[in-house]
Amino acid sequence: MSVPQQDHAPRETMNPLLEVTGLRKYFPVRGGFLVKRHVADVRAVDGIDFTIAEGESLGLVGESGCGKSTTGRLVTRLLEPSAGRIAYRGRDITHSTRKELAPIRSEIQMIFQDPYASLNPRQTVGHIVSAPLEINGINPPGGREKRVRELLETVGLNPEHYNRFPHEFSGGQRQRIGVARALALEPKLIVADEPVSALDVSIQAQVVNLLQRLQRELGIAFLFIAHDLAVVRHFSQRVAVMYLGRIVEVGERRDIYERPRHPYTHALLSASPEPDPDDRNATERIRLAGDVPSPVSPPSGCRFRTRCWKAQDRCAAEEPPLVRLEGNREGHLSACHFPEEPTTAARGEDIVLDPALAALEETTADKTL
Amino acid sequence: MSILTKTEAGPPGPGDPAPSGPFLSVRDLYVQFATEDGVVKAVDGLSFDLERGRTLGIVGESGSGKSVTNLAVLGLHNPRNTTIRGEIVLDGQELTGASERTLERLRGRKMAMIFQDSLTALSPYYTVGRQIAEPYMKHMGASRKAARERAIEMLARVGIPQPRLRVDDFPHQFSGGMRQRAMIAMALVCDPALVIADEPTTALDVTVQAQILDLLKDLQRETGTAIVIITHDLGVVANTADDVMVMYAGRCVERGTVREILKSPEHPYSWGLLASIPRLSAPVDLPLSPIPGAPPSLLNPPSGCPFHPRCAFAEEVGGGRCATVRPGIPEDERRGFACHLGRERKREIFTGQIQPRLGGGAR
Ligand SMILES: Nc1ncnc2c1ncn2[C@@H]1O[C@H](COP(=O)(O)OP(=O)(O)OP(=O)(O)O)[C@@H](O)[C@H]1O
Ligand SMILES: Nc1ncnc2c1ncn2[C@@H]1O[C@H](COP(=O)(O)OP(=O)(O)O)[C@@H](O)[C@H]1O
Ligand code: SF4
Ligand code: SF4
Ligand SMILES: [Mg+2]
Ligand SMILES: [Mg+2]
Repeated sequence: MSVPQQDHAPRETMNPLLEVTGLRKYFPVRGGFLVKRHVADVRAVDGIDFTIAEGESLGLVGESGCGKSTTGRLVTRLLEPSAGRIAYRGRDITHSTRKELAPIRSEIQMIFQDPYASLNPRQTVGHIVSAPLEINGINPPGGREKRVRELLETVGLNPEHYNRFPHEFSGGQRQRIGVARALALEPKLIVADEPVSALDVSIQAQVVNLLQRLQRELGIAFLFIAHDLAVVRHFSQRVAVMYLGRIVEVGERRDIYERPRHPYTHALLSASPEPDPDDRNATERIRLAGDVPSPVSPPSGCRFRTRCWKAQDRCAAEEPPLVRLEGNREGHLSACHFPEEPTTAARGEDIVLDPALAALEETTADKTL
Repeated sequence: MSILTKTEAGPPGPGDPAPSGPFLSVRDLYVQFATEDGVVKAVDGLSFDLERGRTLGIVGESGSGKSVTNLAVLGLHNPRNTTIRGEIVLDGQELTGASERTLERLRGRKMAMIFQDSLTALSPYYTVGRQIAEPYMKHMGASRKAARERAIEMLARVGIPQPRLRVDDFPHQFSGGMRQRAMIAMALVCDPALVIADEPTTALDVTVQAQILDLLKDLQRETGTAIVIITHDLGVVANTADDVMVMYAGRCVERGTVREILKSPEHPYSWGLLASIPRLSAPVDLPLSPIPGAPPSLLNPPSGCPFHPRCAFAEEVGGGRCATVRPGIPEDERRGFACHLGRERKREIFTGQIQPRLGGGAR
């Protein structure tokens, strides 16, 4: 592709705002009769490393249940990590108490998927957006109300609507209220968990453009969580791909979308439907079999091996480390023993693992011969 | 595992007899609901045709009337608060006004439905096998034993591993993707000639969605079923549909082949939809161009062209006609769009402003 993409400074010259190492979150599964015993763990996040630089947007993609939201909630410290380390501006906040967190609480904010559920229906918009200021005892020059009106304007809402209630707004407008609330404390990092997934397509673009403007103009860093690869590509300078609690590949946008190495990244990209009838023939077709295995007992070695067309004995025995493979650019890390060629172009032959598809396509292929 | 050489999606099989007239024909359909707040005009004068062996994609944002249209075809609306007018003809048989008994017989045997949410469509109290076998016994008069064998065969066809064992599982023992497959098996068990799939993969992961959509396509190639696929996702449409109908506020605003709609759309709402979605192949430094505002309430839909409050080109049409005159859509033509904008001007706007945003071919 000849489209120029924005490049940014090499990673070493940027200060990591957030640094996450070996992060884990296990949720206990309890079972047994009368006395509930701890019988197993949901390994929602199972040892992940990543950094986010100031003003940078890191996209986090992966299928349902792979641990994206859990990661977001660990970073904002809504959840207590089971292991690992989270450092914000070099300061360890992994197990900080509420009180210790207070000075930086305002700097890390969260935007949720569901604009309906995340707003209190009985509070006015003005009240909702000014609440973070009140809670933190912040009195901006000119007063809180003036600040809230400015914030409403920033997110494209009419400041006159200060006294309205959430139900008087559409889905897209409610998401804007959530964004205004997150901006109230002038955050440095926003964790946005599927911020546009619940919105209609024509409204999605309004909110994506708004977030993009904020990122550029206010220099806010984002951990942008979404399952839609095209939305993430549009919004994030770097992207991390998760599978069953692990990061399997991470890199700059063009590394992940144009030169992916991990088979799962290839499969995900291939499965993302493009609104273009010509795309089917231009890009590779990979059809996996079955669903993602349970995070309670993930496969040994490489977690993707039960659905991978390249899996060999070594994949079951040894977990592949997340490293810069030969041929990868700086900062592009992949966790695979037998990586793919760095291209998404159509292959001579499709990869079809699904048994039903394979059977049906073999019979139709026979007929056409 | 098997590696397959590409096969092209072919036209409907030559074996199918070509009956006179389309297989499914909907003409001037109106569906209205009486509610506490007033009358909801959910479908407002809709016409479309579908041939055997073809797939019609119905796209539009939530509330545009996609599901209501198809529930009307299936005869599943509650007659107590619903008013339906217009013509629905399936294989020569008029369905509007047909008795509940007739519809009941058609559903399952001649037409079947695949829903978004497999958990509500499958009963938690019966085994998957029994739920697939039931319609086969009822409509095909098969014995219990034959129906069970048929259920196992169907589970195998939709790709459930070890179907002979899994046939006795309950739905909760299946994963989301497996339940969706079971629902497809249930819908196809009597070889229906029409399948209506309402957002069949919206609740699934993309890798599973790709499996299920291809499965539907492959099964269709084998059986020649006509499929209506309802979705808000233009990517899903690109991958499955032959023809597309774009709905807005209960009306069809544009229809054509999938290529016409995605590559040379003619209606400003279609332009808006296509330009607002991010693509894997589009330049990332170009901001998305959203459609301003939000879809209208169907309690009180806008006058004239329902899209006029959000349309960037309404001013260009003389005499304020967009707000007062409802643009028509030729009823019996395959290609059509409902817009007052002049041909010349439309071409100019499309090549100048819209086409550059539609991304180019390969990623
Ligand atoms: N409080 C909890 N108790 C037990 N298990 C949990 C809890 N929260 C999450 N999990 C499990 O942890 C795993 C990861 O969940 P998470 O919500 O992070 O997924 P996700 O990637 O955000 O998925 P989605 O795309 O569906 O939002 C899942 O298996 C989930 O069921
Ligand atoms: N049973 C009902 N009673 C009242 N209004 C309804 C009913 N079913 C659907 N509607 C309304 O009809 C419109 C179209 O709905 P629907 O066809 O479900 O939209 P979609 O295009 O998202 O499938 C919406 O405004 C919806 O709220
Ligand atoms: S390590 Fe093995 S199983 Fe895992 S992705 Fe690579 S080839 Fe596949
Ligand atoms: S009829 Fe008018 S308002 Fe409607 S789409 Fe055409 S130009 Fe826009
Ligand atoms: Mg989540
Ligand atoms: Mg619907």
